[in-house]
Amino acid sequence: MSSDHQLARLLQIGIVLEEVVEARSYHHYQSLDDAPALDPEIESLLEHAAAESAAHRERLEELVDELDAESIPFEEIEALVQAQYGGTDPDDFDDILYDQLANEETAYKFYDDLVGALRASEATFGIDRDHLIDVLVEIREEEADGVEEVTKVMNDRS
Amino acid sequence: MNTADQYVKAIYLLQEMENGPASTGALADRLGVSPASANEMIGKLESRGLAEHEKYKGVTLTDEGIVRARDALQTYCIIERFLANVLSVDEFRAEAGDLEPVIDDLVAERLDTIIDRNAECPDCFDPETDACCHLDVPAEPVETEEQRAD
Repeated sequence: MSSDHQLARLLQIGIVLEEVVEARSYHHYQSLDDAPALDPEIESLLEHAAAESAAHRERLEELVDELDAESIPFEEIEALVQAQYGGTDPDDFDDILYDQLANEETAYKFYDDLVGALRASEATFGIDRDHLIDVLVEIREEEADGVEEVTKVMNDRS
Repeated sequence: MNTADQYVKAIYLLQEMENGPASTGALADRLGVSPASANEMIGKLESRGLAEHEKYKGVTLTDEGIVRARDALQTYCIIERFLANVLSVDEFRAEAGDLEPVIDDLVAERLDTIIDRNAECPDCFDPETDACCHLDVPAEPVETEEQRAD
């Protein structure tokens, strides 16, 4: 990684990933209304995932603002998720959990790669490097907890 | 996308363009590396059963290498389409090349859930323009006589 521009672009991708998680969790959550029996454990998991993604998005947006770049509004991503959701929507609770696991694992991998690239780079950025890495590491650890939580629910149900 | 995947993708595209083996020089040019680095990686790809190298002719992907290259090309196409269609980046080709090493397949798969990609992908990829054929590639600026004189 070599410039503010590239860093801002990667943070924008992080924001979109969080927006995708948030929007898909919301759709999954809504689809539970039509399910024969509501599952409180999955409901709470999805609610938590959507709230956590929104919080991560806000933290990334602050960093992007500091780099004088722009974020993609949530409404735009939500519309794209909605437009494509028909072809990728889960069929049942197990599918919802797998999708949620993929969300958490993907986010973890993204932040882990980004932190690795930042630590390997000697580039200086328009924002404080230590603060940037601290924020990304904190978010990464929350994603790791998310992977653990979904895995636990999946194991309990099997 | 790891370095090996970037190489098999580049070999695949060169083979398509040249209708035959990819020369080491062309491969090094396409990836912006030295011929020595390209040779070293070709050796690694050979030992992993992904490519075969014939002296004076060039490098050819094995069936396994082709599968790997098409997967890598699909990931690249997702990155280009995401940059162009979601983030409205004009210079999506150059930026996709910069981001390629840092974007994992898992991440690309998730981004793919919001992209209206065609079923024919990665056959939609045009090696000449280095872009998905469904994306509008900005025209190259034409150099004028005066600029050439400078």
